[in-house]
Amino acid sequence: MAIEPRQPPTQFVAKLQRALGGSAGWSGFVVQILFVAVLAWLAYEIVANARANLQAQRIAAGFGFLATTAGFDINQSLISYTGSDTYGRVFVIGLLNTLLVSALGIFFATIIGFLVALGRLSPNWLLSRICGGYVELVRNLPLLFQMLFWYLAVLAALPNPRQSVSIFDSFFLSNRGLVVPRPIGTPGFEPFVAAVLVAIVASILLSRYSRQQLFQSGRVIKVWPYVLGLLIGLPLLSSLIFGLPVLFEIPVLKGFNFSGGSRVIPELVALALALSTYTAAFIAEIVRGGILSVHKGQMEAGSSLGLQRGSVLRLIVVPQAMRVILPPLTSQYLNVTKNSSLAVAIGYPDLVSVFAGTTLSQTGQAIEIVGITMGVYLLISLVTSAIMNFYSWRVSRSMG
Amino acid sequence: MKRVSLVLTLAVAAGFSIQAASAQTLKTIKDRGMVSCGVTQGLAGFSLPDDKGNWIGLDVDICRAIAAAVFNDPSKVKFVPLSAKDRFTALQSGEVDVLSRTTTWTLSRDTSLGANFTGVTYYDGQGFMVKKSLKVNSALELNSASVCVATGTTTELNLADYFKGNNMKYEVIAFATADDTIKAYESGRCDVFTTDQSGLYAERLKLANPADHVVLPEIISKEPLGPMVRHGDDQWFDIVKWALYAMVTAEELGITQKNVDEKAKSDNPELKRVLGSDGNLGEQLGLTKDWVVRIVKAVGNYGESFDRNVGAGSKLGIARGLNQLWNKGGLQYAPPIR
Repeated sequence: MAIEPRQPPTQFVAKLQRALGGSAGWSGFVVQILFVAVLAWLAYEIVANARANLQAQRIAAGFGFLATTAGFDINQSLISYTGSDTYGRVFVIGLLNTLLVSALGIFFATIIGFLVALGRLSPNWLLSRICGGYVELVRNLPLLFQMLFWYLAVLAALPNPRQSVSIFDSFFLSNRGLVVPRPIGTPGFEPFVAAVLVAIVASILLSRYSRQQLFQSGRVIKVWPYVLGLLIGLPLLSSLIFGLPVLFEIPVLKGFNFSGGSRVIPELVALALALSTYTAAFIAEIVRGGILSVHKGQMEAGSSLGLQRGSVLRLIVVPQAMRVILPPLTSQYLNVTKNSSLAVAIGYPDLVSVFAGTTLSQTGQAIEIVGITMGVYLLISLVTSAIMNFYSWRVSRSMG
Repeated sequence: MKRVSLVLTLAVAAGFSIQAASAQTLKTIKDRGMVSCGVTQGLAGFSLPDDKGNWIGLDVDICRAIAAAVFNDPSKVKFVPLSAKDRFTALQSGEVDVLSRTTTWTLSRDTSLGANFTGVTYYDGQGFMVKKSLKVNSALELNSASVCVATGTTTELNLADYFKGNNMKYEVIAFATADDTIKAYESGRCDVFTTDQSGLYAERLKLANPADHVVLPEIISKEPLGPMVRHGDDQWFDIVKWALYAMVTAEELGITQKNVDEKAKSDNPELKRVLGSDGNLGEQLGLTKDWVVRIVKAVGNYGESFDRNVGAGSKLGIARGLNQLWNKGGLQYAPPIR
């Protein structure tokens, strides 16, 4: 075992001193201890005072309310929910709805944003002006108005359920949303899923093998016919042997509304649309900035190698631009999640609407509920940042 | 997030506010020179600014009556428009001294919010409004309908109970404000708009063609609406409570805005007691002897206020119904002023 040379104690103390007290030395250290102590005392006072005042006014406190029955309904829940479930479940429903609309918003905003950025950089005069106009129009209008616009515009354009637009008598579009047939699992479902998984894994292994061959021996293997065969053939085989994996429940108009089938509510569509088009305008500018930050010579070098414009962008420019794009892109992703809290204005049952809204006013426990809600948004944002930082780290590492 | 931060500010204020827990509301108000009163963000008949920006309505009159009793000036009220969702936090935090905002008196609100109801200004009940073109005559025909409702209300809970109790399915779409709710209803997002029946009549006026919409006959709940004050200040609780009773008593005794001065000179012992020329009842409340005179001069008696704001003399034209005096077949009843 190698013994490391020990630092002389004086040097160690000096380092510690610098770390804790800065240039002021020990006196600075004492000041910091005092500062932390005062902060802790203040925090304690705030909590104790709040608790005492709540008790004095006999306002209910604590988290017991999470286990009591909510008694109200919610029009979109990803997991089953009825009015006789608890406030705790309401919290989960709201959280899932927030996550759903945020994920949709992030996904579409990224795609639209990248396309608009590329369009704006395109040599085509008309295309670049249209994309420029889009960015300037959308990012300069308040998001809430865009939400109301999409919501009321979408609703105004759609007919009532009795005159709904139907496609093959199984998809119905009306101002109650888009009703689609609902898949119901059959005994053939599990083998089908297994077949799809096997096909995917085999395809990945195959493409790895072909890549290896390309680098080792320069042999080009055309992979896609095999992949296609696997992906279609295996599930088809499973369906033939075990029967169809799913049956579809066709929605039927009954009274005021459709019964059966699954429904995409217009609130979700309007909210996702508003969030993604709004954020896309910002992402477009970030991407454009990132691409412009890559030296022109890189583009020219790519072209002189004989690569087409698309390939140059995909293989040379975008990977380098990513390093510049990713940090501000992360901020935009966080904004999507936070902006989704405006949902209540158009009646989408997100976390703020059903939990920090309805639950808060039914129970009156503002401090607990607002605390939980803020904690959740913080957590979502931190997780999003962590994922993006990991991705950013991988991108920069892969470029050496 | 703006909404959350507002609620948070109020919540934090609720936690720390020393004023909130103290029993000095009347003194605080006198020092400030204003009664701070929480009202709706605009509901015709109850609290709505007119074209000159003056708040008018039945709920508003309660606030003005209190201001008249304290300052002899019904204009010394600061009206704070609150959404259904934020109203209790605003009261708890001391942002408002009295919440006069079509709030339904329920047991859980009376016990867990740190506040008390002082009385019932309006006996209401939840109803439904639909488009006439749907040809629906009863709420029991509403199976599988979409229903628009304002979030944070007892309405939401009654709705769930009613449909469940009658084995009917429905879809609920909850909005933050009454305006958003009625807009969504008008755009066709829902078949049904539900709120307290008085609210249905008031909101119907906002629609493009009020005559195309019909209020269904069913009343599915009891909604006694009344003012609220914070726990911990019994004097202030008494003042708010008796401000309403003064208006009801005035109607009972035939005291009106016009004849109040004349009645004050009367020899009738009850009138003398109520209007303060005999005894010191007002002073026992922490007010002046002529407190009832001040209130009636400012807003009239309960019947006058009702007629002017929601009754026959208003656009809403709602019948007195349950809100008639007890001796005329209604429920409005004031304990004796003696």
